[in-house]
Amino acid sequence: MTDIFKYDVDADGVATLTWDLPGKSMNVMTLEGLESLNAGVDKALGDPAVKGLIITSAKPDFAGGMDLNILAGMKRQAGDDPARGLFEGTMRMHELLRKIELGGADRKTMKGGKPVVWACPGTAAGIGLEIGLACHRRIAADNPKAKIGLPEILVGIFPGGGGTTRLAWMLGAMAAAPLLLEGKMLAPAKAKAAGVVDEVVPADQLLARAKEWVLNAGPDDVVKPWDKKGYKIPGGAPYHPAGFQTFVGASAMIHARTQGVYPAAQALLAAVYEGMLVPFDTALKIEARWFTKVLMNPSSEAMIRSLFINKEALEKGAVRPAGVPDMRVRKLGVLGAGMMGAGIAFVAARAGIEVVLMDRDQEAADRGLATIAGLLDEGVKKRKVTEAQKAEVLGRVVATPDYARLEGCDLVIEAVFEDMGVKADVTAKAEAVIPEDAIFASNTSTLPITELAKASKRPERFIGIHFFSPVHKMALVEIIKGKQTGDEAVAKALDFVRQIRKTPIVVNDARFFYANRCIIPYGAEANRMVAEGVEPALIENSARQMGMPLGPLQLGDETSIDLAVKIMNATKAALGDAYPDNPGDAVIQKLYELGRLGRKAKAGFYEYDEKGKRLRIWPGLRELFPVRKDQPSKTEVQNRLMLAQVLEAVRAFEEGVLMDIREGDVGAILGWGFAPWSGGPFSWIDMTGPAKVVEICEDLAARHGPRFAPPALLKELAAKGETFYGRFDAAKKAA
Amino acid sequence: MTEAYIYDAVRTPRGKGRKDGSLHEVTSVRLSAEVLNELKRRNEGLDTSKIEDVIWGNVTQVGEQGACLARSAVLYSDYDQKAPGLSINRFCASGMEAVNIAANQAKGAGGMYVAGGVEMMSRVPMGSDGAAIAVDPTLAWKSYFVPQGISADIIATKYGFSRDDCDAYAVESQKRAARAWAEGRFARSVMTVRDQNGLPILERDEYIRPDTDMQSLGALKPAFKDMGETMPGFDKVAILKYPELERIEHVHHAGNSSGIVDGAAGVLVGSKEAGEAMGLKPRARIRAVARVGTDPTIMLTGPVPATQRVLENAGMSIKDIDLFEVNEAFASVVLLFMQAFDVDHDKVNVNGGAIAMGHPLGATGAMIINTALDELERTGKGTALCTLCVASGMGAATIIERV
Repeated sequence: MTDIFKYDVDADGVATLTWDLPGKSMNVMTLEGLESLNAGVDKALGDPAVKGLIITSAKPDFAGGMDLNILAGMKRQAGDDPARGLFEGTMRMHELLRKIELGGADRKTMKGGKPVVWACPGTAAGIGLEIGLACHRRIAADNPKAKIGLPEILVGIFPGGGGTTRLAWMLGAMAAAPLLLEGKMLAPAKAKAAGVVDEVVPADQLLARAKEWVLNAGPDDVVKPWDKKGYKIPGGAPYHPAGFQTFVGASAMIHARTQGVYPAAQALLAAVYEGMLVPFDTALKIEARWFTKVLMNPSSEAMIRSLFINKEALEKGAVRPAGVPDMRVRKLGVLGAGMMGAGIAFVAARAGIEVVLMDRDQEAADRGLATIAGLLDEGVKKRKVTEAQKAEVLGRVVATPDYARLEGCDLVIEAVFEDMGVKADVTAKAEAVIPEDAIFASNTSTLPITELAKASKRPERFIGIHFFSPVHKMALVEIIKGKQTGDEAVAKALDFVRQIRKTPIVVNDARFFYANRCIIPYGAEANRMVAEGVEPALIENSARQMGMPLGPLQLGDETSIDLAVKIMNATKAALGDAYPDNPGDAVIQKLYELGRLGRKAKAGFYEYDEKGKRLRIWPGLRELFPVRKDQPSKTEVQNRLMLAQVLEAVRAFEEGVLMDIREGDVGAILGWGFAPWSGGPFSWIDMTGPAKVVEICEDLAARHGPRFAPPALLKELAAKGETFYGRFDAAKKAA
Repeated sequence: MTEAYIYDAVRTPRGKGRKDGSLHEVTSVRLSAEVLNELKRRNEGLDTSKIEDVIWGNVTQVGEQGACLARSAVLYSDYDQKAPGLSINRFCASGMEAVNIAANQAKGAGGMYVAGGVEMMSRVPMGSDGAAIAVDPTLAWKSYFVPQGISADIIATKYGFSRDDCDAYAVESQKRAARAWAEGRFARSVMTVRDQNGLPILERDEYIRPDTDMQSLGALKPAFKDMGETMPGFDKVAILKYPELERIEHVHHAGNSSGIVDGAAGVLVGSKEAGEAMGLKPRARIRAVARVGTDPTIMLTGPVPATQRVLENAGMSIKDIDLFEVNEAFASVVLLFMQAFDVDHDKVNVNGGAIAMGHPLGATGAMIINTALDELERTGKGTALCTLCVASGMGAATIIERV
């Protein structure tokens, strides 16, 4: 067990603790890891022959962070008093890191400490960097792939291993803010410029330089600034005149940016603020109290579950059919070189896959290639891509109008015009060339896969792979199983998504699949409210303040009003008399008639300037649909907008379109930006309490119509006092 | 229960709250002591050894205004050391709260009190005493903290007061203040501030700009636009609390907000018996007092519920009031008051207010009671209601009536 950190002492009396978690390519911190580190540190500090200590890693990187599974588990395992368990566990971690920081010095005189240096070969995230921050010196290798930082905030917690306090005390609140509050990960040179690490050295000199520093460290080098008398925090503590301004500003800015729905951001700021008013050891204790508070918050647990644990599980094939061999794509055909097609070709080529990008003539195909070159140029401009890498990626793409070039493609994705006939035609033409066992996929967002598959000679090898726009930015890919789609097709799609490093969900074939099905009612409910005379600003602000990235009216402008009309008409045609009457349709119809087609027309729900910058809600909207004197409360507006989405997700699950609530939650956040703080629609229900949700639904249904009637499954869970994750958590069942 | 009376009231002129302001050279404790001494000079019967308490309002209680300035002022003055001192802080209503506490104590336990306050804004800058509500993230988030100027702009946006409405109000305040001075309407209350040799330092309010007009105000930039819209972006915090607003209209600036000045004021408050014992003649009765807590984000709407409460306490209706003093912290605060109660501007701040003459935070509450009392006496009217908005979402009000 103590093998996790290997302990060695060389002839010069320099000890090295080398982190090497067995069986993993990347170190992550576990409870055993902490014990092993503790034992090693004790050994080094307790041995009079040891002059100093290097902490490093045997792997290309230092560490990926804390094993968040354990963090989530800690809470459950802490028994009747989980807060005490978490707090005490966190304090034990602080004691260990503080021991490293003191290097065995006498606490009163701060004398006799041994130098401890952090030698970081590559990436160091979370607790990885927090260990470094406790060391007297941080040396990083100039590894071009390395990223150093504290990304905890991105999964709903904050750095709770002293990283928050140490970074804020070391750099000042202002300089620490982007690292702590945005979770920015820095390349080694930038980490040095930011003051996070002290030195960047060639990788092959890392340990030699670390040892050199240990042997030359003087007494002053081994006492942290805050352990010296009279330390002043850069930029000032909160009641220092300069610090006051920083804290007033930071508090307001973060409050506005997070809309107040992310408890971790507030807790982090509070830990920094309160910590800076007391001595360092007390500050760590305060950090631990706020960290515990955040871990106890159901929002943090839900965020960790969806954005870390389940997202990773889906990416690693949690829903992949068992027993199907490796189906990774070697050669991809993309039919249609428009925005979507070019985007798909780009992400595939970037992942090292050979791509044939087809369109009806060479010119159209070349335009697709130019789109890819443009995307690469953006990367070059931001210095994220080199000219050589750009050439390499472009070299993998063949742009052609010639179907014969599809020969040997093991996966073909069509992204042509959304028309049954057009799609059937390209399907037949492609299938004439590609191998018998190749998989054919459609990137349709509106047409049923089962119908499209009728054009295929082998419907069991026909599947939907639905990308979101823009392809290179959107992390989610929806995989749609037609009635006859077989396991190999599903495995193929999943393996492809894994290759291009996106997150897949697998759903059954039904109108609008999953993501679009849930986002459409969000817009429709907002349109209805406009028709009712709800102040448009109240609609937009209420949506953003429940954590939606865009207000529904802004979203309507972004996706365009003509698309909304199209969807409305198609739905009407499909449902016939069953189409529910929506007064909001008149709002869309009116904007459409006025030519206010959204952002692309520089006119929609909003007004835009010449350059397309959004200015304000179009005042004419309030004239067409007069604003009522009695406005609903923010809560009422939020409940309507939230449940429009959430109930659709429940119905999708109830109907079997969605097969796994994990996919429902992860897909909602990544697919349409559903309130990430909630962990997704199913987590939101669990957090709010199914019984409470039913109560809200019944109230809304009574006043606004049957679309809010709680689905039977939800009612049943509420009646039995159960939750979605309590009953349906596939991860738990598998364990 | 016995009644509380006002026996006298004085105030210093208001000096510009800058390093070149006339009162900048005077210490806070000295200016306070001058006011105490003036009350004694004007009321020979006042036995300072029998004063129950000196209750002194002051907002920024650090440095020379720290450590119970009230007691320091007593010891600095010619008063008997037997007069204790109590420093209090209810932000902008501190001076009024001193009077209200004195009134309630006089009603309950009887006795004679000196109540008032001081703020030397040129010497002890506003905000130099820190503020958890602004910097403590837990509290700032819970209370949706924004600075007062943003709050004043929220009021203007929410209740529909335009930049022109606010500027026009400010121009009128300047006109009225200038006329009041020209006609000597403040003569009974304003004392000359003198140095230790009796030489005059300041005799008149020096902040007034009588030539202010719409055009000169129109040239001023909105003062809270940058902090609202850009850095750090308080408007977004405001909209978290007021989601029905699409944006905050920034209409306030230095010309339609209260001025930063130095000044002090004192009111002699006591029961009937205490006054009789010292041979003092009451000028007015304190009919009712009130204070309220309101939403801290819009912060400055307190005069509305405070007025409702004080009327309720007095058993009166808004129609029973002859005269209103509503502190001109920002133009929108007074415009909201007039809108809420549908009272005519002819009855409100008839001699101008803090936009024209300045707002020495801890003193203003006592000053507007002085001003109202003088005006009742000048016009022979009966009842005045004084009210102020208060930081962090509070309000205070006092109704006085002539006897």
